[in-house]
Amino acid sequence: MEQKGDKLFKDIVIESAGEEIYDCYQCYKCSAGCPVSFDMDLLPHQVIRSVVFNQKERVLSSRTIWVCATCETCTTRCPNEIEIAKVMDVLRQIHQESGQQAKEPKVPIFHKAFLDSIKKTGRVHELTMIRNYTQKSGEFKEKLKTGEWKNDVKLGIKMFLRGKLKVMPPKCGGVKDVRKIFEQAKEHKKA
Amino acid sequence: MKVSFFPGCSLEGTAREYGESIEGVCENLDIELQELSGWSCCGASSAHSTSEFLSIALPARNLSIAERSDQDLVTPCAACFSRFKSAEKVLTGESKIDVGISFKGKVSILHMLEFLCREEFRKDIERNIKRPLENLKVVNYYGCLLVRPPRVTDARNWEDPQDMDVLMSQLGAESVFWPYKTECCGGSLVLTNLDIIHRLTGRLLDMAKEAEADCLVTACPLCQANLDTRQEEIGKEKGIGYDIPVFYFTELMGLAFGNKGVGKWLSRHLVDPRPLLESKRLI
Repeated sequence: MEQKGDKLFKDIVIESAGEEIYDCYQCYKCSAGCPVSFDMDLLPHQVIRSVVFNQKERVLSSRTIWVCATCETCTTRCPNEIEIAKVMDVLRQIHQESGQQAKEPKVPIFHKAFLDSIKKTGRVHELTMIRNYTQKSGEFKEKLKTGEWKNDVKLGIKMFLRGKLKVMPPKCGGVKDVRKIFEQAKEHKKA
Repeated sequence: MKVSFFPGCSLEGTAREYGESIEGVCENLDIELQELSGWSCCGASSAHSTSEFLSIALPARNLSIAERSDQDLVTPCAACFSRFKSAEKVLTGESKIDVGISFKGKVSILHMLEFLCREEFRKDIERNIKRPLENLKVVNYYGCLLVRPPRVTDARNWEDPQDMDVLMSQLGAESVFWPYKTECCGGSLVLTNLDIIHRLTGRLLDMAKEAEADCLVTACPLCQANLDTRQEEIGKEKGIGYDIPVFYFTELMGLAFGNKGVGKWLSRHLVDPRPLLESKRLI
């Protein structure tokens, strides 16, 4: 039940993030230094242990993988050189490929909006990306209800007046190459 | 001297004053920045959270363009720097993934801070100082990706980096001790989880206050934007007012150099740094 093809979940993680995860002796250093541990349901050392035990559902349904800020403190301080932040990356990648609803659904929607912006113009156009994200994540409607939109508009106007919002999308000479990279990534995933 | 320059997406928008101050300061120091022709986004956190292929191929495209010349590649954004260094390690090591783009590692990848703090510019910087930043108490904020993880960034002193501290003292400012040089501001969650941002950024602002600093100094567009634009919201939540200017290190270099662009750069901040600088008689 834990398998994709004939590979175990833990082996898929190890393939990208390294065999060092077996060296984890639960010293807690990663969890002690993690700046967002207060908002996690599984602490980083528990994520590593759960992967070792092949507990796919437990880690993929966690909030942890989406609130991880990818600050790399865990990886930097791990005495066993386990790339914990890389493990988090791989878990997010596996989850996004599964197409299932994430515990923090806004995060994968943000990643999609960000990557769509790159695919479209070769570079991120902040305004378009934010518009797409707020619409698709439902944040636009949420904020209309709560009145929070006023704060965003206020901040937006301030930034506009200070010349910090680029209105026109960027012109990038390499957009064709970039789209090709996205095509190749799709092929690579299939393979 | 000439270097290849990768500005990154934020310098066209939210971090405009960072780009302008870099241009100004490099002109003062006779450094010619050659913008990488046809550069594209490095993919940032979204690429490495979504696809290993994209996380390497998107930066690799830029690295391979940079390698067409023999000039070092300099980028001002900590996130771009981190993605480039990560891709460099994969592309020049025993790579398990083939993205079909070649980078042999013949050119060095440097963050703008590391670049401008090279020994070779020390005398040029000294010569350019017209107005030392006397009486200005700063806390230096390096953030995460400029230094971590060291096996990617090649940082020497990742728990207590020194470049900005050395530079600020050279400019005449006082670097105040604070323990949060490399604590995370939450940058990658800026649109998706404001509660975390408020907590992490709020902690940094509180610590800067506790250290009795006049201002924070940053070297990353995402850190600066987070720290500068969120102060009003965080203040409202906590019932206290925050009013701490957040500079890019290049703005303070420009200020000490008497660069004419300074007024324009500073006018773009949300927390206006001009009253502070006027009170210190620096503008």
